[in-house]
Formats: sequence, structure tokens, C-alpha cells
Amino acid sequence: MDLASIESLAYSWPELILVATLIFVLVIETLPIKRTLVGEIALLGTAGACLAAAMQSGGPQGWLFSRMVAIDSFATFFKIVLGLSAFGAIWMSLGSKELRGQHPGEYYMILVATTLGMFYMASSTNMLMAYLSLEFVSQASYILSGFLKDNRRSGEAALKYVIYGGVASGAMVYGMSLLFGLTGSLDYALLGERLIAGDTNGPVIFVALLLVLAGFGYKIAMVPFHMWAPDVYEGAPLPVTAFLAVGSKAAGVAMLIRFFYPGISTFGGDGTWTAIAGVDWPSLMVTVAMVTMTLGNFAALRQTNVKRLLAYSSIAHAGYTLMGFVALTDDGLRAMLFYVVVYYLMNLGAFAVLLMVLNNSGREDIDSFRGLAWRGGALPAAAMAIFLFSLAGLPPFAGFIGKFYLFAAVVDREMWTLAVVAGLNSVVALYYYARIVRTMYLDLPVDGDPVMVADTHNSLLIGLLVLGTLVFGVYWAPVIDFADRSLFFVGR
Amino acid sequence: MENILTYMTFIPLAGMVAVLAMPRDAHELIKKVALAFTIPPLLMAIWLYMNFDRTTDGVQFMIRHPWIASYNIQYLMGVDGLSVTMILLTALLCPICILASWGIDKGVKGYFALFLLLNTGMTGVFSSLDFFLFYIFWEVMLLPMYFLIGIWGGPRREYAAIKFFLYTLFGSVLMLIAMLGLYFYNEPHTFDMLVLMENAGTYSRQFQWWAWLALFIGFAIKIPAFPFHTWLPDAHVEAPTAISVILAGVLLKMGTYGILRVNFPMLPLATQEFAFWALAALGTLNIVYGALCAMAQADMKKLVAYSSISHMGYVMLGMATLTPQGINGAVLQMFNHGTVTAMLFLLVGVIYDRAHHRQIDGFGGLASVMPVYTGLMTIAFFAALGLPGLSAFISEVLVLLGAWRYSMPLTIVAASAVILTAGYMLWMLQRVWLGPVNEKYAKMEDVSVREMVTLVPLAIIVIVLGVYPHAVLDLINPTLLALNATVANATEAVAALP
Repeated sequence: MDLASIESLAYSWPELILVATLIFVLVIETLPIKRTLVGEIALLGTAGACLAAAMQSGGPQGWLFSRMVAIDSFATFFKIVLGLSAFGAIWMSLGSKELRGQHPGEYYMILVATTLGMFYMASSTNMLMAYLSLEFVSQASYILSGFLKDNRRSGEAALKYVIYGGVASGAMVYGMSLLFGLTGSLDYALLGERLIAGDTNGPVIFVALLLVLAGFGYKIAMVPFHMWAPDVYEGAPLPVTAFLAVGSKAAGVAMLIRFFYPGISTFGGDGTWTAIAGVDWPSLMVTVAMVTMTLGNFAALRQTNVKRLLAYSSIAHAGYTLMGFVALTDDGLRAMLFYVVVYYLMNLGAFAVLLMVLNNSGREDIDSFRGLAWRGGALPAAAMAIFLFSLAGLPPFAGFIGKFYLFAAVVDREMWTLAVVAGLNSVVALYYYARIVRTMYLDLPVDGDPVMVADTHNSLLIGLLVLGTLVFGVYWAPVIDFADRSLFFVGR
Repeated sequence: MENILTYMTFIPLAGMVAVLAMPRDAHELIKKVALAFTIPPLLMAIWLYMNFDRTTDGVQFMIRHPWIASYNIQYLMGVDGLSVTMILLTALLCPICILASWGIDKGVKGYFALFLLLNTGMTGVFSSLDFFLFYIFWEVMLLPMYFLIGIWGGPRREYAAIKFFLYTLFGSVLMLIAMLGLYFYNEPHTFDMLVLMENAGTYSRQFQWWAWLALFIGFAIKIPAFPFHTWLPDAHVEAPTAISVILAGVLLKMGTYGILRVNFPMLPLATQEFAFWALAALGTLNIVYGALCAMAQADMKKLVAYSSISHMGYVMLGMATLTPQGINGAVLQMFNHGTVTAMLFLLVGVIYDRAHHRQIDGFGGLASVMPVYTGLMTIAFFAALGLPGLSAFISEVLVLLGAWRYSMPLTIVAASAVILTAGYMLWMLQRVWLGPVNEKYAKMEDVSVREMVTLVPLAIIVIVLGVYPHAVLDLINPTLLALNATVANATEAVAALP
């Protein structure tokens, strides 16, 4: 299936629903009626987009808009995850005190627009489209992270984000132009074919790929393109931080996989992939993965702001995710997909509990968790402990299963160094996750720590995420099978 | 009764759910419910003991269900002589520990819920025969242990809890990598321990070396073998009494159990090659080092903790010898140490509950103040120092008999350490229980009925096994002889797998 513009619309329901939602939100905002509804409409819209994406699974696969984007099970998988991320972020925004009264119409419109961009990030099969969608998401994210206008940190975050983002996408577009120059094509399939054919100069391709990697790496907060993450995570409104940590990263992962795997690698029938001869990006990425997880974890050790701590933790998790990326097998990719789902559950969960604490105490440092379990917050504290231990990769939580598959992918390829480094990193990571748990349980509240009040709205989300983290820790066959089925790229 | 192992493992978990469903302030009820959920596993363990076929080395009471079919992960449980002994010990100690925790009055609900979760983890480790399942249970124990030490422990509890946690996790990740290595080495890939053992002959020497070392570090931390032992004194001193009992009585055994369950049958060639340095020599070092450290302690609990390090050394030495006496002695020592040390920690707990300190120098003449207590204490002390007629004597002698044929110098060193053991035990006895009565504690109450219930069954077992060790030896002998043969007959793989 290879459709031109107009026919393609029939297969673009998820995107169309998002577009309709954002227009609707924008229109309502201008009407003199009750404006609080915009959040709920955005929520419904993303849920609808999610559902539409889910209904596409198992349907026809092919190219849309003259090979600009793909519609395949891989894209569908990520659209569902991204839609759910947006849903979670909007849900959290509705229950957030810091966002109350902050131009809800614009806020939700931009959030839905970001989601739209992410959908295209996951499905673009053309460098031009990839660049446009990535840039679209970035621009929207800048605005979202600077949304608290009277908060200096929020403004600072947005500015830093703009600068880093500009440099990264500049590098990326330069890399893409080199690739275009080498092959004369923007289309992944043709581009890959010509690169693999091997009549181009290896080192030049390598440099071009490095530059492209800057753009993708910046989206998933991979070292050395991670510098923006701690400041932006800390400064942005909390639901936005959660959205960036979960959604933006998933979209980046999707893009990374689609470019480097079906794009420029050759698939062998037995579930293994081969990189372009003479261009050894996998070895480079092994090092990058190790450095990313180590740097993220060690930097997280000293943080006292929980948002910032989670930012470094998310850098470390980008490193873990890359373990699947360097294995050059379908098993590795499947592990990445599985990890994206698990990471969504536990990381969004941790942010949701943090939101509750922030709403309650107006603070987001570790001390705001002091004695949480002993001042009315027994359930949020238990949920937080589950999310954190899951992030640390301990059974019987889903996070362990995610790590297990990543380790398995690496051990299968006998990359022992990477496996051992990742293992040691898990131990380091446990230390800082346990620090929060310790504060919640082992420290007693002091005078002035407010009694924790868990509101129903946020509790509902947290409850669902806890359920997922627990259930998928014990029985994850449906998820891994879904990830397995989603490993189909058009034109592979 | 074909699902007996599932019941034994998950009844405590059901207990945890029940406890969590109770009102927070119903302390007495929570304790009773928790106790009630540890009794059925104990009864089942007794049933298991009666119905265990002692003539075979095969796996019994096997349960096999697919779990995650696409990755060939199974829910596979079963017991042989080695694991059934450990399951008995676990099932015995858990109700005793619940009784010993009766004095807990802070966060009662959480304490007993976590304790029951810990119970599930322990029984699960000893009954799983799928490596993945084994690993899950192994890790599941960490969380409750962290909280139990960290919330209900002594003054430095936070430090002790995180130290325990990090040390053990460090060992576990190495185990995870070795486990995956084994999985991918086998074709078709499997975590089924029975298959992994069967194919032991096909693993290359180099692979066995690395896997052995990774697994050994994981298990050695749990034992704890020198130099990985430093978490133990901290954890023991800070943990509440019942948790110390579980820690010394069951958790330490998991280290040696793991070596016998995984390293010995799956990596026999590497076992042959590493046995002397990693097990025998390190074990002897443990015996002497632990005893010397124990001698220098001023805190009773710390003394008992170091004595554990010393006594676990005998287990390591015994299994390294690869003789029938040595390995039987080692496993018997695992069981005996479980009961004796449990008694010692309970006894120290009894004084601590009354005096709120454990300084050896702070007491004196307790024998005339607490006669019944002193009687029980004497049994435990003399068992710990290896007096003939009590259980630990038999296992230590078996270990030394096996070791004699294996390495005379090590045997001499290990045997001489018995004098050190007698030294620190008797010296503590003398300072605390004999001599003039310390007026401050002249009115201490003797053991209560509840404390008697926790101590007397253990004392009976210590005495019975001292006279009739075959009660346990018959159980373990066929399995261990087969294990010995596997390791002794291992040769280098002719060809690696395709």
C-alpha cells in the first residue's frame, strides 16, 4: 500500500482526531463559556486517538502521503503508548495546583499538538518528515516547559531547552543533508539501499550518522546530548515534565529505531540485523549506553530535588534502553519496546505521586517526602515505593521484567562488559531510589510537615499505574507478545 | 497434596493480604492471624517429612506449569533431600519468629505483613527448580528484609538496612547475568534447573569458570564468606530479634544452598577446580576469622553474629571436600546452625527485652536470677561450641572427618578453631551468667510461657539430632551422594553446543 495525500486521510484517524481535538479546544477557549472543560475535552481526544490507533493494529500496512509516513504495527504500538502518555499528562494537569488558572485552553491545545507531532515522529519514513515532526514536537515542548510565566525556573528551563534543542536539531539537519548528498534520497528505504550498496565512503557516512544521532539522542536524553534534561525537568510544570520524560522519550526511541534499523541496516531472516559495512555505529552506541547509564546514575546520587533526581534517573534509563538498541537483534528491539511500556507505567507513576506531594506541600525536594507513610500518606507512600523499586529493577515489579529482557538481549550477543556495567549501575541506582523510600518510611515526620491528603483524581491514576506495575511484573505475556507483533516495519 | 509446595509457599502470602485487610489498631488480632497463617506450612512440612521418599535422589512433589511460554519460563517446583531440609527449617522457624515478635508495638500491621511476604520468598527459593522463578523469589526477600531492619531495627538501622540491600543486590545482578548465560548456552534455551544440570557436561571450561565465579560471588555474599561478610554484623546488631533469627537461621543458608543447587551440579568442572581456594580455604578462613572477631565483641548479639560467620565456614569446608562425610556434614551443619543460632538470638533477645542493652560486661550472675532461662541457654551454648551429644557436634565432626582426607593442614586449622569457639562462648557464659549477681538485674523475670514455646522446640531438636542425626541424614544422604558423584565425575566438555 502506497497512498497519496487524499487517500491517506482514510488511514489517519488517530491524527485526525487529535487535529479535531486541538481545533475544538482552541475554539472553545475563545467562546465565553465555561473554560474548565477544555482539559476534559483534550483528555477525551487523546483517549479517542489512542483507541483509533489501537483499532489500526492488525489492519493494512503501508505508506501514506507518498511515502512520507508509514502505517505499520510498529507505528501503531508507539501511537498507543504516546497517546497514553498524553492521556496521563493531561490527567495529571487536571489535578495539578501549579497549573490552575494558567491559560488552560492554550496549554491543552499545545499539549495535544505535541502528541500529534509525536505520532508523526513514530511513523515518519522520510528524513524531511522526521525532521519536521521532531522540530514540531520540540517547539511545542519549549512552550510547555516555560508555561509557568511567573516562575523564573520555568522560564530558564524553556530557554535552555530552546538553545540545546536548536543546536541538536541543527546538527541533525546537517547530518541529514550529508546523507542526502551521498545518496540523493530523503526516503529511508532508498537511502538505506544506497548506503548499504557500499559505494560511498564509510567515514563520511559515520560522521553523518553521528550528526543525525545528535537530534535523536537529544530527544531521548542520551549522553552527551542530555545536558538540558535536569534543568528542564526541574523547571517545567510537573505534568509537562512527566510528559517529556515518558512521551518525548518514547517518540525519540521510535524514531531512533526506525532510522537505524529498517532504515539503514539489513535484516537477516533469523531475527538479526547487520549494520552498514565499515560503519561501526553499534560499537559506538555500546560505549554511549554505558556512559549514559553511569553518568545518569552517579549524578542522581547527589540530588535533593526529586524532579531533578528523576531527570537523572531518566537519563540512566535511556542508557538501559539503549542496551536493546546495540544488540542488533529483534530480541533487542522487542526488549526496548517492552521497556518503553514498563517505563511508562513506573515513571509516570512516580511523577504522579510527586504531583500529589507537590499539591499537598508545595515542595518537591526529598524532605517533602519525610515520614510520608506516617502522616496519612500510607497509600501514596506504598505506591511510590513500588514505582521506585520497579525503576530500580527489582522483582516482582514490571521494571525487573523490562530489565530482564534488556539484559537477555545483551547476554545473548555475549556483550559481557555492557551487561556487567548495567548490572553494577542497577546497584548504584537502588541507592538513590531507596533514599526516597527511606525518607518516606524510615524517617519520622517533624512538626510542620503537612498531613498528606490523597485526592481521588490523582489516586485513580496512581492506582491504575500500580496495578499495571504489579500485574506485568508477574504476568507479562500479553505485553511481550504485543511488542513482538509490533516488530513489523513496512518495507523491511 | 500434589500441590503441597505451592500451598506452603503462598499460604503466607495469603496471610499478608489478610493482615493488610485488618484494621490498623487490632494489634492482638493481627498477630494471631499472622501466626495462624504460618501454622499450616509447618504442618505441611511435617507431612512432607513423613512422606518424603528417602531411597531416591530424584525430585519429588514436582509441580510444572508453563508461565511465560514464549520465553520458556516455567512455574517449576519440587524438592530433593537438600531442599526439603531447608524447607523444614524455614517452616519451623517462621511461627517461632512470629511468636518472638509478639512484643512489636510500632507499625504492627506492616511488620507482620512484611514478615509473611518474607516467608513466601524463603519457601519459594528453596522449592523452585526454575532458575527464573528462583531468582524472583530470591529478590522478593530483599524488600521485606530492607523494611524490617530499616523500620523496626536498632539505632543504626538505616545504615544497616541499605548496606544489606546493596550488598545483596550486587550479588544478585551477577547471578542474573550468569543465569542468562546458562539460559542462552542451552539449546533450546531454558531456565529449567533439571535440564541445566543434565547438560552440565556440555558447558565449556571457560564458560563454567566465569559463570561459577559470578554465581559464587552472589552466593558468597549471602553466606557470608570473607571478604563479603561486612554487612552481616551490622544487619544483625540492628535487626529486631525475630529478624536476626530469620537472617541467621534461613537467609545465610541460602548462600550455601545456592552453591549446592546451582554451582555444584550445573558447573561441576569449575567446582572441582575452585573447590579448594574458593570454598575450603575461604571456609577455613571464615571459621578462624569469625571466631577471633567473636572473641573481641562486647555486644552479645554481635558475638553471636560473628559466631555465625565462623560456623558457616564449616559448611563451606565440608562441601568443598567432595566426600560423603564432608558434604553430609555440611548440609547437616546448615540445619543445625539454623536451630542453634536461632536459639542464641532468641536468648539474647530475651535479655534485651528486659534490660534494653546487650553489653556482656553489663550483667553478672544471671544464673541465680533466671534458672530456667539459664538452663535453655546452656543447651544452646554447648551446642554452639560443639559439645558431644548435641546436634552441632555431629555435623562439625562429619565435616572434619571429610576434610581430613581432603586437606590435613586445613583440617588442623579448622579443628583448632573449636578451641576459640569454646573460648568465646564460655567466656561470655562466665561473664553474664556466673559470678556475683549484678544488683541492677537481680529482679529480672525468668522466661515467660511465650518465650518457652519459642525456645523449647528448638532445644528438643538440638538434643534429638545430637543423639540421632539420622533423622536428617537419611533425608539428605541420597541426594548429596549423587551430587558428589556429579562433581567428581565431571570432565571437560568434548565439544561445545552447536
